Amino acid sequence: MISEGFLAYLLVIAGTTYLVRMIPLVLCKKKIENRFVLSFLHYVPIAVLSAMTIPAIFYATDSIYTAAVGFISAVVLAYFSQSLVTVAAVSCLSVLAVELILKLF
Amino acid sequence: MEQNSFKKGIVDGLPICIGYFAVSFAFGIFAVSNGLTWLEAVLISMTNLTSAGQLAGAPIIAGGGTFAELAISQLVINSRYSLMSVSLSQRLSGKVKLWQRLIIAFGNTDEIFAVATANPNMVGEKYMYGLILTPLLGWTGGTLLGAVAGDILPAIVVTSLGVAIYGMFIAIVVPQIKRERSAAVCAGIAVAFSCALYYVPVIREIPDGFKIIICAIAAALIAAILFPIGKKEGEAND
Repeated sequence: MISEGFLAYLLVIAGTTYLVRMIPLVLCKKKIENRFVLSFLHYVPIAVLSAMTIPAIFYATDSIYTAAVGFISAVVLAYFSQSLVTVAAVSCLSVLAVELILKLF
Repeated sequence: MEQNSFKKGIVDGLPICIGYFAVSFAFGIFAVSNGLTWLEAVLISMTNLTSAGQLAGAPIIAGGGTFAELAISQLVINSRYSLMSVSLSQRLSGKVKLWQRLIIAFGNTDEIFAVATANPNMVGEKYMYGLILTPLLGWTGGTLLGAVAGDILPAIVVTSLGVAIYGMFIAIVVPQIKRERSAAVCAGIAVAFSCALYYVPVIREIPDGFKIIICAIAAALIAAILFPIGKKEGEAND
């Protein structure tokens, strides 16, 4: 069930991924005081998430139209501050609904 | 104030778990179709907990590539985690010990990072363990199911699950945009960069891992210059 040599590969892939995450988390133990650096770090999460979502979400399903439906329903629900689960689930369900409708016609 | 409830972490990790299940299901199918065994696919998911890196790594492993190739692909694609780890380090409670940081580092994925830092309070190790555990189970379980029974779910359902992760991102970003104009500007800049890197010829050849870093650094730098956080907003960092 495990090919010869696989464990060495596993060590390399898991080790590299872990080190990339671990080194900064362990080295940055002190609280950063510099206001500019703090501001920069404050904006990192929203920048990362926005860049990862658009345009990628529009190519996450079989058609850009069904993906757009998923996107819009997620934005509307999120605007009214629904929980993460609700937003994600309704977004998936609306894509499913539109995919089904498209299949029927 | 500090968030350090294991139970709250488990609950907050639930949407990530569901989203991961869908994505890793696809990874399981992909890994097996590339020639890895189901057990190998599961072991990769269990020890890496990352989507893009695994997608790039599986064919290299299955095809008998070099260790250097495998390591460099992971460094490039996963380099964004370094930035997230620096950011997360400022949100961890001062009581979190070194060995606990070593464990938390393993689980610093895009989504876990996003949920942890969206917390208004500093986070402790117990909260982080919970927040990592549920997604890890979803990620590993989804891989297993995809690898052994990839064709039991109708294609239309798998397709619909594709937006789950993005739906979660939107649920984190939109309320912040609604609250702060600075967040809206930052998100707008990030999206502009991201679209440019996706569509413009030549620069769209840049590996995905680098693209995220470029967008994040550019948008966060500009936002930090335009809207430096004041004493009040900085309270989350105290």
